[in-house]
Amino acid sequence: MKHARIAWGGAIHEAVEAGGALELRTPALRGRRLSFDEVVWLPPLAPTPRARTILALGLNYADHARELAFKPPEEPLAFAKGSGSLTGHRGFTLRPEGVRHMHYECELAVVIGREARKVGKDDAYDFIAGYTVANDYAIRDYLENWYRPNLRVKNRDTCTPIGPWLVDAGDVPDPMALRLSTHVDGQLTQQGSTADMVFDVPTLVEHFSSFMTLYPGDLILTGTPDGVVDCPIGSHVVCSIEGLGSLENTIIGKNPIQPIPAKR
Amino acid sequence: MKAKLAWQPQGTVYGALLNLRREFELWAPQMHEAPYEAPPAAPVLYVKTANTFAPDGAAVPVPGPVRVGATLGLIAGAAGEPTHAVLLDDLCLPHESYFRPPIRYRNRDGFLVCAPRSTPLAQLALDTLQIAVHINGALVQSVDLATLVRPALGLWAEVSAFMTLQLGDVLMLGTDCLPDGRPLLAAAGERIELSAPGLAPLAHALVEEHA
Repeated sequence: MKHARIAWGGAIHEAVEAGGALELRTPALRGRRLSFDEVVWLPPLAPTPRARTILALGLNYADHARELAFKPPEEPLAFAKGSGSLTGHRGFTLRPEGVRHMHYECELAVVIGREARKVGKDDAYDFIAGYTVANDYAIRDYLENWYRPNLRVKNRDTCTPIGPWLVDAGDVPDPMALRLSTHVDGQLTQQGSTADMVFDVPTLVEHFSSFMTLYPGDLILTGTPDGVVDCPIGSHVVCSIEGLGSLENTIIGKNPIQPIPAKR
Repeated sequence: MKAKLAWQPQGTVYGALLNLRREFELWAPQMHEAPYEAPPAAPVLYVKTANTFAPDGAAVPVPGPVRVGATLGLIAGAAGEPTHAVLLDDLCLPHESYFRPPIRYRNRDGFLVCAPRSTPLAQLALDTLQIAVHINGALVQSVDLATLVRPALGLWAEVSAFMTLQLGDVLMLGTDCLPDGRPLLAAAGERIELSAPGLAPLAHALVEEHA
């Protein structure tokens, strides 16, 4: 099943995909179907009782590591983010004024389903609720070599679109063999396969849970392959992962008189 | 009557690296060398994830000596401004390099011990506050907020310029080394106490982590 969280009719709702529409799960409105265009899409993640842990992998595709002139790491290279940077499908991402290089990163996002501590690789999939698509934007102008990539590059408001769907783990037969791609203004710019990850999903769950407890709703963003390009204001960026869906997002500027691009 | 629960972070907790003058100056000579290439221009931040939150009185399991990180956390109100402050022990395993975020060293279970109550900022002399650190009853460190590289509200403003500190989020002001530049280390079996004027103190123990 594909789950979404949306705003519609004055409230926030859980919904599922049904026959090319969104079917509401809110008890009073259960069964009502809405089109994809008439709702505001939110990150497809239920609220968590404590801060959500978001771990993001750097250089987890060998080709991306080469592109950025780094050797692939010997152990998973991760940083943690706050949930304040998350935004939904068809949302807007702010490009700061005066920056020269801001790029998307299309990533398979793993959503933890139950408390995971010292979980072995062989059992790792039992701890996963599902998968979604994330776009982990980076403002490369701000990179510094102190706790690189550092939060000014990676933890900005609006800079982590995620969605549209949380797809149940049971509906993704092999998460380590999914094609992923990014289109900017209709042009294919990034292409890869989750098969090319340096550290696959079970290895990541084993690694993190060896020293930290992961809780339901926690996220692991698994890194991106090569093919990242600069996205100027107005860029329409679509990150797609086979079987999970296409996450759309538009870059805007801070200038309040700049028009917000029309819906596509 | 229901007992009042001890304070725990309601949002995301961020920490600032190299924000006490003594530690910053210790690092200054190598800031232009590889892999750093230049001194940090912006606040260097990291996240203490929810698995690290531990209450006052906790016995924190450690695999070896840990660096004690007495600090003050500023707590965000609804308007994105800091309203309260709380003492925190931001523990980490010693690490030599500040090149990559050391999740495995900073984000272990229980590695952020929290005082039981926060205090309204208006009741505190933030810019001259000193945090006393006792280990096994002996005073071993005094962290002086007058020596912050970025003073509390200035750090808050610089961070808020690129990310919203949401209601309940916490921004920690940084940790210091000892006067001779060594980190303040503690080991399993030791008891650590943090206190500062006007703030609820916190105390916790370290215990051996079982493999």
